Amino acid sequence: MTSSSNVSAGIVIAGHGGFAAGLRDAVECVAGPQPRVAAISNHGLDADGISAALSDAVDRVRADVIFTDLPAGSCTIAARRLAKSRGSITVVTGANLPMLLDCVLKERVGAAGATLSAAKGRDGVLVIAAEPTSGVEDGSHGG
Amino acid sequence: MAVDLFRIDDRLIHGQVVVGWGQPLDLAFFVLVDDAVAASDWEQELYRMGVPPEMELHVRSVEQAAADLAGFQARPDHGMLLTADIGTMRRLADLAPIPRVHVGGIHHRVGRNPKLRYVFLTEDDEIALRALAAKGIEVTAQDVPSAASLSLDTLLASTGDG
Repeated sequence: MTSSSNVSAGIVIAGHGGFAAGLRDAVECVAGPQPRVAAISNHGLDADGISAALSDAVDRVRADVIFTDLPAGSCTIAARRLAKSRGSITVVTGANLPMLLDCVLKERVGAAGATLSAAKGRDGVLVIAAEPTSGVEDGSHGG
Repeated sequence: MAVDLFRIDDRLIHGQVVVGWGQPLDLAFFVLVDDAVAASDWEQELYRMGVPPEMELHVRSVEQAAADLAGFQARPDHGMLLTADIGTMRRLADLAPIPRVHVGGIHHRVGRNPKLRYVFLTEDDEIALRALAAKGIEVTAQDVPSAASLSLDTLLASTGDG
């Protein structure tokens, strides 16, 4: 973990349903309590409502990066609007647990930090195909 | 017709539309009808980024959409036309033939009454939807393709627990 002379900036996770709260919960399972990570759901909100919720969350944790789920999602649209009006916020789509853990544990800051975390997130996506079994007809999947 | 789906959704282009409808129905294009978005290059770029490269996004004002609708309907592939509110769809329906409209998302705001999980309406909204239906337009409510398509009567009789 790198040390930082400043209090590290917060981050906001935003997405469909329980995506953000679930992702924050998973981060906390690995990295401990995260008071500077805010989670926003678009559930039940129109575009203006999502923008307001995001804006409040960014202020609350003093976030400089917003992580979202879908590039086409309403949270991403709202995050980009906020980034335009604030001028100092980076938006990262396609968030996953390896990405968020990198961001939190390495205390990433700003667009440069988000770029490194995003790369970590991509690296965390692996396709692990089934290995051929050796002569066992019905397979033994114990363990 | 090429534009099979006419949707009122206050989020316009978003996951439910692009992924939820676009992928299973193999939609080739979206027509976003909104005067404010049509007047702003930045707004158009914002929504364009939300549409995958294999899908087209056409942004039109209400008047432009009315003029261009026949062209979109002549296409061999399939698309969805979107407005953010009932009023915009009504203005379009006054200018061009709209066979059917589904309410896909009108979310909670002060003054709106709960109808469905994804639909909240003022009394004026209800009158406006009935006015659309009175023009011979089939009005339904449906958020995603796998959900039931509800009739206007069912929608208006609902009280938010649906």
